[in-house]
Amino acid sequence: MIQFSEEKLNKVKEIIARYPDGKQKSALIPLLHLAQEEFGGWLSPETMDYVASLLQITPIEVYEVATFYSMFNMKPVGKYLFEVCQTGPCMLNGSDQIIDYIKSKLGIGVGETTADGLFTLKTVECLGACGYAPMMQLGKHFREHLTPEKVDAIIAECRAKAN
Amino acid sequence: MGRKLLLDKAHIENIRYYSTYRANGGYAAAEKVFKSMSPDQVVEEVKKSGLRGRGGAGFPTGLKWSFLAKPEGVPRYLVCNADESEPGTFKDRYLMEFLPHLLIEGLLISSFALGSNRTYIYIRGEYAWIPDILEEAIAEAKQNGWLGKNIQGSGYDLEIYVQRGAGAYICGEETALIESLEGKRGNPRIKPPFPAVKGLWQSPTVVNNVETLAAVVPIINIGGEEYAKYGIGKSTGTKLISACGNINKPGVYEIEMNISVEEFLYSDEYCGGIANGKRLKACIPGGSSVPILPANLLLKTAKGEARMMTYEGLNDGGFATGSMMGSGGFIVLDEDQCVVRHTLSLARFYHHESCGQCSPCREGTGWMKRVLNNIENGKGKMSDIDLLWDIQRKIEGNTICPLGDAAAWPVAAAIRHFRDEFEWHVLNPDECLKRNYGLAHYADPLPLAAAAV
Repeated sequence: MIQFSEEKLNKVKEIIARYPDGKQKSALIPLLHLAQEEFGGWLSPETMDYVASLLQITPIEVYEVATFYSMFNMKPVGKYLFEVCQTGPCMLNGSDQIIDYIKSKLGIGVGETTADGLFTLKTVECLGACGYAPMMQLGKHFREHLTPEKVDAIIAECRAKAN
Repeated sequence: MGRKLLLDKAHIENIRYYSTYRANGGYAAAEKVFKSMSPDQVVEEVKKSGLRGRGGAGFPTGLKWSFLAKPEGVPRYLVCNADESEPGTFKDRYLMEFLPHLLIEGLLISSFALGSNRTYIYIRGEYAWIPDILEEAIAEAKQNGWLGKNIQGSGYDLEIYVQRGAGAYICGEETALIESLEGKRGNPRIKPPFPAVKGLWQSPTVVNNVETLAAVVPIINIGGEEYAKYGIGKSTGTKLISACGNINKPGVYEIEMNISVEEFLYSDEYCGGIANGKRLKACIPGGSSVPILPANLLLKTAKGEARMMTYEGLNDGGFATGSMMGSGGFIVLDEDQCVVRHTLSLARFYHHESCGQCSPCREGTGWMKRVLNNIENGKGKMSDIDLLWDIQRKIEGNTICPLGDAAAWPVAAAIRHFRDEFEWHVLNPDECLKRNYGLAHYADPLPLAAAAV
């Protein structure tokens, strides 16, 4: 059985209070974000069922939402998820080459995770950083103006943090 | 220097925080509203200003507000659309990161005008660090009596909440956004009923873009009539343009809507010209959904006049020879870019983002992507170009929401203006894998990229 900490349960209450009485389903997406952060970076069926129980909605109402939005991971991912933008404006500034570089550097393809479980590479569509291309999302923040050297530094930074 | 109304104080250190914002004239508009204006008077000022929705559609904001139904005993809601996801667009991010109180003040005034006591900012999930900035600004505003109960002794109550999305372009469409805010998949609703009658939780709702709501602040400060003196004709005020692609100075610029595209692209005050001394090939001036224009039609209209950075100027010539202001996402392609490849990238985007409700969009976007992929990789047939045209025609206008049109237009415009480049790919299947088609005649008879004006 998984469960949020007391602190997170208070956060859940605070989120639900943002909506009028009886509209607690609106808290679903914020709660899925919270659950994904808390329970291993992805949404297992167990995690989704738990969120359903918190909101008193049926599990299917959670599954159909979780599978719709690209930020929710339906499979386990590495500790560090590289989400590299590949849409038009990034492409004009060399995102294809950056994606190729990350692939060769980590020895994985798009959608794959390194054997040590540290890195997952994912390509994503426009993240709203077109003027600072090429870019990727790493956790909460954007890494912009990517070059092979910057990618090396980011990988080294993650490895150092993991050790 | 062009006149600014939104970013005029963006350079001030710590303007993100309440005390600095307030010391530099912040919340003066809100003060004016609570001291001397009724909600209807605020709506009237916005009408007079000629402000048009800055999210992409350009619909008059005052008019949209006046449609809001006001049945007795039913709550009304204002929702701020911060789902900014149109490729090429990153202006709202800039406003929220650097001037959060400008948005909060705009939300306060607009919520008062519309009678919303509970206002939501729906922000795209990937802007994961911005909700913290907004929530901090909301807390500061509340401490200083601008939010909460009985604001400034007016008897008016307002709470503002930030809601994160989770990665779905479609949630920028207002009814999809409402669905998402209700905790559902972002499937657009069939209209009517419009949100102004039945929106969030079936209550009357107005959904406005971040920049639109921020613009309400200068409108109240200087008055609607004065605001309308900025710009040209029906393109009143200023507009944020996010410029990207192959230019020297990508970034967010506030322009008064009275300058030419050429000035915007080549002057040092804005884009600073094409990067690496190359020549301009094409540009998508208003976000990925609007038609791409070759260099010659971008800078001059079909009539040979300078094309202006206004709603009407960018639309001059309709879709045959013009484009749209859209969201202000200005994407520039230099002479070494491949239009087929770029169109494929956008087609893949729309296929990925289609919600799947309507078959023309769900199936058509994937079909276009596959056909474009063949052409780009030297496996295309001449008939594929006509097939693409046929598919996009059958998507446009045949879907619940405008995503179908948004997916169709880039493909249509690419074929309309760059057909020879598609044909070259088909006729030169080996060569197209090795090099790009280049500039061809698109820039003729334009001179080489001149030194900055």
